[in-house]
This record gives sequence, structure tokens and C-alpha cells, in this order.
Amino acid sequence: MTSSEKKQLQITACKVRMGIIESTHSAKAGHPGGSLSATEIFTYLYFKEMNIDPKNPKWEDRDRFVLSKGHTAPGLYATLAHRGYFPVEDLKTLRKIDSYLQGHPNMNMVPGVDMSTGSLGQGVSVAVGMALAAKKTGKSNRVYSLLGDGEIQEGQVWEACMAAAHYKLDNLCIVVDNNGLQIDGNIKDVMSPYPIVDKLDAFGFRTLAIDGHDFDAIEEAFNTAKATKGMPTAIVITSVKGKGVSFMENDAGWHGKAPNDAEYEQAMAELKAQLAELEA
Amino acid sequence: MADMKKVATRDSYGNALKELGAEYENLVVLDADLAGATKTGTFKKAFPDRHFDCGIAEANMICMAAGMSTAGLVPFASSFAMFAAGRAFEQVRNSIGYPHLNVKIGATHGGISVGEDGASHQCCEDFALMRSIPGMTVICPADDVEAKAAVKAAYLMDGPVYLRFGRLAVPVFHSEDYKFEIGKGEVLKDGNDVAIIANGLLTYEAILAGEELEKQGIHARIINMATIKPLDEELVLRAARECGKVITCEEHSVIGGLGEAVCSLLAEKCPTLVRRIGVNDEFGHSGPAVDLLKQFGLSCENIVAVAKELCGK
Repeated sequence: MTSSEKKQLQITACKVRMGIIESTHSAKAGHPGGSLSATEIFTYLYFKEMNIDPKNPKWEDRDRFVLSKGHTAPGLYATLAHRGYFPVEDLKTLRKIDSYLQGHPNMNMVPGVDMSTGSLGQGVSVAVGMALAAKKTGKSNRVYSLLGDGEIQEGQVWEACMAAAHYKLDNLCIVVDNNGLQIDGNIKDVMSPYPIVDKLDAFGFRTLAIDGHDFDAIEEAFNTAKATKGMPTAIVITSVKGKGVSFMENDAGWHGKAPNDAEYEQAMAELKAQLAELEA
Repeated sequence: MADMKKVATRDSYGNALKELGAEYENLVVLDADLAGATKTGTFKKAFPDRHFDCGIAEANMICMAAGMSTAGLVPFASSFAMFAAGRAFEQVRNSIGYPHLNVKIGATHGGISVGEDGASHQCCEDFALMRSIPGMTVICPADDVEAKAAVKAAYLMDGPVYLRFGRLAVPVFHSEDYKFEIGKGEVLKDGNDVAIIANGLLTYEAILAGEELEKQGIHARIINMATIKPLDEELVLRAARECGKVITCEEHSVIGGLGEAVCSLLAEKCPTLVRRIGVNDEFGHSGPAVDLLKQFGLSCENIVAVAKELCGK
């Protein structure tokens, strides 16, 4: 990508991060940590990678995205809003009674959400079904799914991986957000899923390990995935939970906690400074 | 009656899938290493490209079916009732029920008539589990004709459906011109002394019980209630009002199934004396299916006995 394209993606990612902070602060709940660690992935998918049409969210030939780690809905919602699926202003209704922005994504309520998720381990299986259906119906669309590194402790994830390789789903690309933290602490201490790359390799994936905040690396990985035939691709991103907000970074405590008013002010000030620097 | 044709409704399931598969190209079938037992192998033989074995991984199978349905396919996901409704309950609830996806769950080997495999495989809780999911349609057909019709009706309706079939061959009492409708019960015999509402293989036992009771001067109304949800409330209420006494019969726990669905309705809209015939909050065990059914009171003889007690005779 050109440097101006990259700059634009970085600016968008920064705005998505502001959306995550705005929405979780307004909700007084939600999951900022894992939303912020995956922000570059969300941004790249919806602003560069996927063949989609925000004016026609149900377009049947569109690429699909399944947020298997559904609790990071704030990240997905902020991305969808900035991509034009619904007003950015609505992000403030996150988790409010009668809002369409449920705590976890609902495909029947939110334009652009391809699957209702939230219960970990299930989304990736749904993505496998979508990819298999695309193959069987002669569609050329691709299917993407984002998983947490804690999520892959769910046995169902490995059932899904087995099926993805068995059915040679080269139209499927999963991303594992390896930010290293889950609710109870470091994933190594809670229940180590390591070595993640070796495991996915052994399950029959083309596996790539990249820096999850580097748009050049992200682009290269998704391009490699598209060029890979006969097997699914897994991109394991090394990321920082809470990325972009100093006091949230690398702290498991920010997995599922909203910023209070003072924290909100500080987070927004930091993100505004980052945005100003990018736009300078 | 001894020379009546007998067919296991799991065979009906496989045959119906094959027939429908020829007509509808978007019908696909998923199985979890049980294609021989669930009879989806019949479909697989005819349409190998539309049959997907998911291996022994029911949770993944259920969610794969959900994903396939979002692309316009109509998946029938198949396994034993124990695993489709039991093991994969939460997948059914969250990935099919909550988004209200157009997935059909074909669950075979329901109830204790699984027989020799014993309690681990005898699912008597599936109606309860599936009924509790908002928007889920739950059907347990009584014989071959009804089972095939139910599979077709499930395909034609939009939304999630749970279909329960049996392993044991059971008499085919419906004629081929029988019209099945989801959510509608069927009065098989009129009578005003007691209403006997049954489904699955208990329906035929109820028919036999009705004949025996008639000989003993008790005029029983026999109702086949294949659809447990949505329940044919009108038919149940009319039966309760006109008969005054109701017996429910199902190859399922007395907790959470047809019996409780009927009781809930009657308690609120027409308090009526009810007896529930089913598995009485206990696990099954190994044995020949026919012997087990008798032992657990899932038989014509027990229905007759309960009806006589209820009618004070």
C-alpha cells in the first residue's frame, strides 16, 4: 500500500479506537481491551480487504466476517459505523435498553453484522459453514473470522479447525488475536494454548505470525491468505491488549471494564493527540 | 394388527431427505459419524456432494449448519437426540435459536427405545431442552407417513425446527393421503370420557388403548400431537372441556415435554385433571426396546390402566 493509504488506515484505526472508548464509556460496560488490540484488523478488513457494500449489507456475494470473540463488539461496531453501516452517533447507545447495539453482536439488528456471536468458540464453526457453503454454491466470496487467544481454549475451535482443513477451505481466513491476556490473567497462567502457531499448523492451516498493529504486515498476510490454495489460512497476530490507551495497555483488568469519566477524558485526550499527529 | 407394516421413523427421515433432495437443490445434510444409524446415508448415496460428515464433533456441526443456512442453503443437521439436543444444546440455542436461522435438526434415537445401548444414549430430555428455546419448532412424528410429511413441512417452513425420530420400527397407521400440518394435532378417535394425547411411538399405543377402553365401556378421545411446540392449544382445550380428563403419553421425561406443555396450558386456561405417562424422572437402562417400553409403562396396557383409574373404573 502507499504511504498515504497506510496513513489513512491509521487515522481510521484511531477513530475506531475513539469509538470504542466513547461507546464503552457511555454504556458503563463492555470490552475495550480486546477491541483495542484488534482495531487494526477490524480496520484493514472493512476498509481494505473485504468485498462489501455498506449500502447493501445483505448483498449475497459479499465477503463475510464472523466475530467469534463476540465480546469485542465495541471494536466491530465502531468499525461498521465509520464504514457507513450506521451513524457513528449511535455508538453511544451501546448496551442501552432498546438499542440495536447489543452487548454482543446480533445479525438481525445490526447492519453489517453477518452472524450473532458471543458464546466463544461458535463463531469460527459458523465461518467454516459459510466458507463451505460458498464453495458448494460456486460463490467466490471469502470468509473471515476473528478469535481471541483465550477463546481457543474452547474445544469447539479445534473441531472447527479440523473441519476447515478437511474441507480444504482456502476461502477461509481466521485471525487469532494473541494479546496474551484473558479475564483471569495471562493466558499462560490460566490455561496455556501455546504453541498457537504450531497447533494451527498441525491442524492443517497455512499459518502466519505477524505484528497485529502493523498495516504492512497485515496486508501481506491477507494477500498471502488469498493466494493460498487448498488449505485455510490462520493469521496469529501479536498484539497489545488495550492498545492506544496508555493505562489500558497490557492490563487484563481492562478486558471487560468501561472507563469512568476521568479515565474517559484521559483516553480521549491520548487518542486525539495520536490523531492530530497522524493528520499533521 | 400384527401384520401391520412397521418402519422406524429414522428410516423415514433418510428416505424423506432423499426424496426432497431430488426436488430441492439447496437442501444439504450434515452428520456426525452416524450416517448409517441416522439414515442420512440414504441421502448421501444419492447426493454425495450435498452430504457433509463433520466427524464426531456435534458442536461444530450445529454451528456449521448455522453458517451454511446464512448462505441460502437449508441444512438438516443430524445426530442422535442425545448429542444433537443434549451435547450441542448451547450451540443450538445461541447459533441457531437466537439468530432464528433456517436450520433443521434431525435427531434420531430419541427415548428409551434406543434399547441395548442403555441410558447414556437414551435421550428423554430433548423435548424439554428444545422447547425452551424461543422460536424453536419441536416435532415428534408417530409413524412413517407422518415422519416423511414432517420432514417436508420442516423444509418448507422458514425457521429452526427440531425433529425427533426413533430407532425402533413402529406400525404405519396413517394412510398415504394423510395431511400433516405443523402445529396441528390430529383426532384419531372420538370420545368424551377421557382425552389421551400422545406423540411418537406412544401414539399407536394410545390407539390400541382406545380400542381396549372402548370394549370396557370407556369412550376415549385419542389425539396424535406430533408438534409439541407450537402446541395445538385449541385442540387440547377443546378436548379438556369436552372430556374433563386428560392423559398425555410420550417417550420422554414427564418433566418438560408434551405432558408439561399440556399441563401448563390447562393450568392457565382450563384446569383439568391430568395424568402424565412418560419416563418418571429416572434414567433408562439396557434391554430390548419392546421390553423396556413395557417396563417403563410406555405401553397400551399402562395407558389403559391409567385411564381406568382416572375414570374411576
